[in-house]
Amino acid sequence: MSDGLGSEGNPLKVLIVGSGPSGFYAADALLKADTTVEVDILDRLPTPFGLVRAGVAPDHAKIKSATKAYDKISDNPNVSFLGNVTFGRDVSLAEIQATHHAVIFTCGAESDRRLGIPGEDLAGSHTATEFVYWYNGHPDYRDHVFDLSQEVAVIIGQGNVAADVCRILAKTVDELKNTDIAEHALDALSQSKIRDIHMIGRRGPAQAKFTHAELKEFGELADCDPVIDPAILDLNAASQAELEDKTNRSAIKNIETLTAFSQRPAGSKSRRLHFRFLEGPTELKGGEHLAAVTLMKNRLEGEAFNQWAEETGETVDLPCGLLFRSIGYRGVPVPDIPFDDKKGVFPNKEGRITNDGSVLPGVYCAGWIKRGPSGIIGTNRPDSVETVGSLLADLSGLDASQKPGGAGLRTLLEGKGVRVVSYEDWQKIDAAEIAKGEAKGKPREKFTRINDMLAALS
Amino acid sequence: MTTVVTENCQRCRFTDCVTVCPVDCFHGDDEMLYIDPEVCIDCGACVPECPVQAIFEEADIPDGMEKWVEINAEKAANLPVVNEQTDPLPTAEARKTELGF
Repeated sequence: MSDGLGSEGNPLKVLIVGSGPSGFYAADALLKADTTVEVDILDRLPTPFGLVRAGVAPDHAKIKSATKAYDKISDNPNVSFLGNVTFGRDVSLAEIQATHHAVIFTCGAESDRRLGIPGEDLAGSHTATEFVYWYNGHPDYRDHVFDLSQEVAVIIGQGNVAADVCRILAKTVDELKNTDIAEHALDALSQSKIRDIHMIGRRGPAQAKFTHAELKEFGELADCDPVIDPAILDLNAASQAELEDKTNRSAIKNIETLTAFSQRPAGSKSRRLHFRFLEGPTELKGGEHLAAVTLMKNRLEGEAFNQWAEETGETVDLPCGLLFRSIGYRGVPVPDIPFDDKKGVFPNKEGRITNDGSVLPGVYCAGWIKRGPSGIIGTNRPDSVETVGSLLADLSGLDASQKPGGAGLRTLLEGKGVRVVSYEDWQKIDAAEIAKGEAKGKPREKFTRINDMLAALS
Repeated sequence: MTTVVTENCQRCRFTDCVTVCPVDCFHGDDEMLYIDPEVCIDCGACVPECPVQAIFEEADIPDGMEKWVEINAEKAANLPVVNEQTDPLPTAEARKTELGF
């Protein structure tokens, strides 16, 4: 069998759906395998890199340089990019199975969990991701409008995304103007009347999920003071026990920094970021527009590292006109692929997508759509490595016939009138964005409409 | 700003960190690992992976360990990339216990 699957005469052709970190790490793992492979990476946008482009905050430029590693992967002649192609609309699973031996879905978790409380859909109540995609210039969110004429904004949640939203609201135009923040967002934020930003967490300060690096940034803002009630730092015994475990370093550092914030003399900056703990929203109030959020006071119950928030029955109304929820993300179902509605992921065993427990041959997933929305960019690498390991272990069971691969898929798509964007095309878009940014002292000015991206190619 | 590997890695070299590095910035010799500050993006993914807390973001380096910033930069520049997990050094478990982890 000189032409066994994965040999030089019959390369293993894999399609990856989604060009974020998980997609690139899956491609990288395939290229490193002891198998001849050709990898094609699909994205519904003409631009690659998923949340590195549309999620990572504009003022965290260094993190965005992760894309250099993806450029390097794309330099491999056995990797190609097919942008501006939507799975399920432009191409079906059956069509992909005719052109490729296997497909790996790395399409992330694109929607938000809901609070499930009355008033959630009042004007002024949004998901954190809408705001993030908006300030990062994602074409789907280009025309979203946020009422920044309000003075009080509330963010429900205390993870990394919640921290980003708070920081972007807290920063001055001068702190943002030299980042790659989208022009429409910078213009809107320059008119912001927001004065008080409340970041709400259900559990206590020792359980907060933001990292210490992110927390420290709130102490260094040009025109925003961090505010925390010292009483909330009077921790219960179980939380103190958590801090005595030296492996819990992030929490130890967070408490040190929050304590330092609480001991600062009252600030005089024009904005305030209020860290609030042991509170959870039970209702959003207002007529047509949000006017207040009702917060239930909680107390911690349970043993160290296993504490939960128990409602006390005592509530407080916090007047606010803008609210963002950031309490977790969910994947979005796609045609022909089973979906676990409870977890918001594709059901899978070590990356092999399953239907009622039985494995769909040649169909895999990695990243947030596989394990749920946890971890940061690098966390996706071992996850993609595991999925590729499953794929390679299944090799002998896959359809070993010769497949046309990326070239065949491109022909199919172009026959349907799809303008497929290659990596070379993306590099032209990239160069045009960088050139647009240069005049303004920004690392890039993103195209925020797909038509403008495609126009840069003609 | 960068992120650095410090002395707790010596006689351990667990290499859990390299599996989550998004940019392959770890380099190593027979003794320990080092981070290339030119490549590291300060994402912090490696910090909680280390079973002996050898890795610190520069701003959080404990007093007395500042020298490791320069050592990481110098060593990483001349050593091969380590991007796959390998067995820890034979002394690793004993050292981990000694360090109180």
